[in-house]
Amino acid sequence: MASMTSPKRSFSRRRFLGGAAGLTFAVGIGPKGTWLVANAAANVDGIDVGAWVRIAPDNRITIVTPAAEMGQGSMTGVPIALAEELDADWSQVDLEMAPAEPEIYGYQSRRGKSMGIYGSLAIRSYFDQMRLAGAQVRKVLVNAAATEWGVDPSTLITEPSTVVDPVNRRSLSYGEIASFARAPEELPSLSRDELKDPRDFRLIGTAVARHDVPAKVDGSAQYSIDVQLPGMVYASVVHAPVQVAKPVAWNDEAVSKLPGIVAVVGLEHGVAVVGKTFENVLAARSAFEIEWDSSAAATGFDSEPMLESGYAEMLNDAAGEVRVVNSAGSGAAVFDNAAKVYRREFRSDYAYHAQMEPLNAVARFDAAGKQVEVWEGTQAPGASRRAIAQALGLDVSQVEHHQQYLGGGFGRRSITDYTIEAALVARAVRLPVKLIWTREEDLAFGMFRPQNLQCVEAVLDESGKVTGWRHCVVGDGRGLLYSGINIEDYYKVPHRQIETRGASHGIRLKHWRAVAHPFNLFAIESLVDEIAVDAGLDPFTFRRERLGMTPKAQAVFDTVEAMSDWHTQRPTGRALGLSVSERSGSLGAGVVEISLNRDTGVIRVHKVWVAIDGGIIVQPDMARANIESGVVYGISSVLKERVTVKGGAVEQSNFHDYRLLRMTEAPEEIHVGFIDRDTPPTGLGEIGNPFIAAAVANAFFALTGKRLYHMPFTPERVRAALAA
Amino acid sequence: MVELNVNGNTVEVEADDDTRLLWAVRDHLGLTGTKYGCGGGFCGACTVLLDGNPVRSCQVRLSLAAGAEVTTIEGLSSDRNHPLQQAWIAEQVPQCGYCQSGQIMQAAALLDKNPNPSRDEIVRHMNGVICRCGTYTRIVAAIQRAAKEA
Repeated sequence: MASMTSPKRSFSRRRFLGGAAGLTFAVGIGPKGTWLVANAAANVDGIDVGAWVRIAPDNRITIVTPAAEMGQGSMTGVPIALAEELDADWSQVDLEMAPAEPEIYGYQSRRGKSMGIYGSLAIRSYFDQMRLAGAQVRKVLVNAAATEWGVDPSTLITEPSTVVDPVNRRSLSYGEIASFARAPEELPSLSRDELKDPRDFRLIGTAVARHDVPAKVDGSAQYSIDVQLPGMVYASVVHAPVQVAKPVAWNDEAVSKLPGIVAVVGLEHGVAVVGKTFENVLAARSAFEIEWDSSAAATGFDSEPMLESGYAEMLNDAAGEVRVVNSAGSGAAVFDNAAKVYRREFRSDYAYHAQMEPLNAVARFDAAGKQVEVWEGTQAPGASRRAIAQALGLDVSQVEHHQQYLGGGFGRRSITDYTIEAALVARAVRLPVKLIWTREEDLAFGMFRPQNLQCVEAVLDESGKVTGWRHCVVGDGRGLLYSGINIEDYYKVPHRQIETRGASHGIRLKHWRAVAHPFNLFAIESLVDEIAVDAGLDPFTFRRERLGMTPKAQAVFDTVEAMSDWHTQRPTGRALGLSVSERSGSLGAGVVEISLNRDTGVIRVHKVWVAIDGGIIVQPDMARANIESGVVYGISSVLKERVTVKGGAVEQSNFHDYRLLRMTEAPEEIHVGFIDRDTPPTGLGEIGNPFIAAAVANAFFALTGKRLYHMPFTPERVRAALAA
Repeated sequence: MVELNVNGNTVEVEADDDTRLLWAVRDHLGLTGTKYGCGGGFCGACTVLLDGNPVRSCQVRLSLAAGAEVTTIEGLSSDRNHPLQQAWIAEQVPQCGYCQSGQIMQAAALLDKNPNPSRDEIVRHMNGVICRCGTYTRIVAAIQRAAKEA
């Protein structure tokens, strides 16, 4: 039996570029900027080059995949765009994970090159770049075959991994071409109209199996928590119960003497204990007596009274600072002479990412302390590598980064605090260290979706049309509070004003799946439903006639109306609810069918239908899986999940009191429909969850005549709403 | 030193009697397919079979595991040819994949005793294993497929 799993072979530029026969295509960075180069140019000294594609004489094609894989399928989906234009035979394609070098492997973002995979960015950011690279490589192969045969390249076509000369009835496989061809010094230029017509796609839009799935059914997929190095020790960090408090003093000597303990290392926000085994470390964790400083901002903060009354006071404080995030038309002035105004308040609790793999990383320093290797699963390898270097006072080149599979990301793994801790501890003990936060630590020192109060006001003109919308979000987290208030993307409300009133509680906050959309859309679409009911109109009709829909919205609403068979009566005890969904450039509309146990207050979502416009759907099954995932994530959060803070400390500690949706509670059916489009792909990783809250709340109203204004809809809140 | 029977092999683990099976399997034996999720028996990511019964290995002391047959995901098949693994691939179940060893081991125990479970039986049996990516509907489909094809 194997006694050790060694880290999987990491990417090696030398191995990729050097020696191997065949054709290698790379991205070069030099005086001319960034460009695709062939292997001849790649060997020029002084130019930073990273390989993208290699075609070997045996016909195997290796594509370097830049996208972090956290379950969304992007490590497969991104290179499919390249393989499509290359006209590669996918069964001959191997994938290698790119190193953390955004200058080479990043997509172009507004702030430069980035490998950050969040905001459902992977496919939509890499799609064009990958297609162009693939088409360029294909052109090299076609030109090489044309030269070999002495024909005009325009007379040639390609079949998967083969150049075909239809006139002379001959063909060469890509591997054969790679064995004789010399890549040109500079790759041929390519215009966008040389890309394939979407009707000719062979891979995009078909069912390609995910690269990572086989390794995920036999336990061989390697996450950072699985990395084992010779001589490795284990570590865990105890952070302050009051978030971000610093350790002042601790029983260093007593803990150090415990069985198997190698060292105790003080860190900025906690104390690490290092031991020979993780069970040694776990035992030592509970023996800590740590004195924390009492100056942390969160000291004394109680989240519940703040959410119940504190935010309302801030909302109504005439002297309080209001930040206008967005204003259109006559903004808030439309409220001055309104025929009818609706005003409602909605609340949402803190939510935790709860990725299944607790945060962890492995780090190893060289003997001189000058070079560190880290193994982690991160959503942002480039930024992480820089942050680690900065935290350790090193140059980026001194940090060797090994990306691993991520056991869930959901926004939490785009910041690398845990890996920095691992590296600091590794430097202190000069041993390879695997640092694991326990689940309790992962939750207590979590970074949450912020709690908030939303005040939503809608103005109706005399004909009953909604002409104005004012939306104020109160809470901590600035940009994390209002990302989902993009009414103009789906409704035609001419006058809008979006405001925030900020608080600061000292609680760690972070992008959570779809950021602020889940609670913003809860407020928007709950109020829309309320006005529709008052108007005596079906919610689809109301949205079409009184709000007005953008063409995209029209399509998704029409589709989900048909998919869900909306106008057909449901069995007694069941009801439907509707909401728009919007995120990452995609638009959707969803319907849920719920039932309610009036005694317990438990809501159950049985069926879900969602129609989405996501542009070109690169991989329909992966896309569906993303939406299914979002739906379940959404239901879990909307019905169950809440973090509360008392005295600055998180009150929940593990999955017994931070409850996630389980299989008996999951919907029996999730139906996903995509609008047929040939527009560029938009994000699909997060559009599955933002519509759930309002759809459930609206279904709850249809069933009970009562409204839910506070998410999550826990049994206690549901019973209170029923009794109101 | 504790003697264990893991995946048909007798192995010795240099650990105390009260060490949890999870750490013995992962860290001492290098069988990292079994995952740490919560350490409290709440999430099921660490599920292995003990004499054919699904257990949360983070809760099982080595003193209890000694003398029993321990089966981990690595011991389920030699080349991922167990009907459940094949069905998991066919239905493209895993997303992040972290819970899936636990899901598959939990499902294996079900099919072993009940080769043709109803949907309700599947869901109730699987309820202890959390999937944060929400692959539940595909897990049900995969178990039904494996039951049919086995």
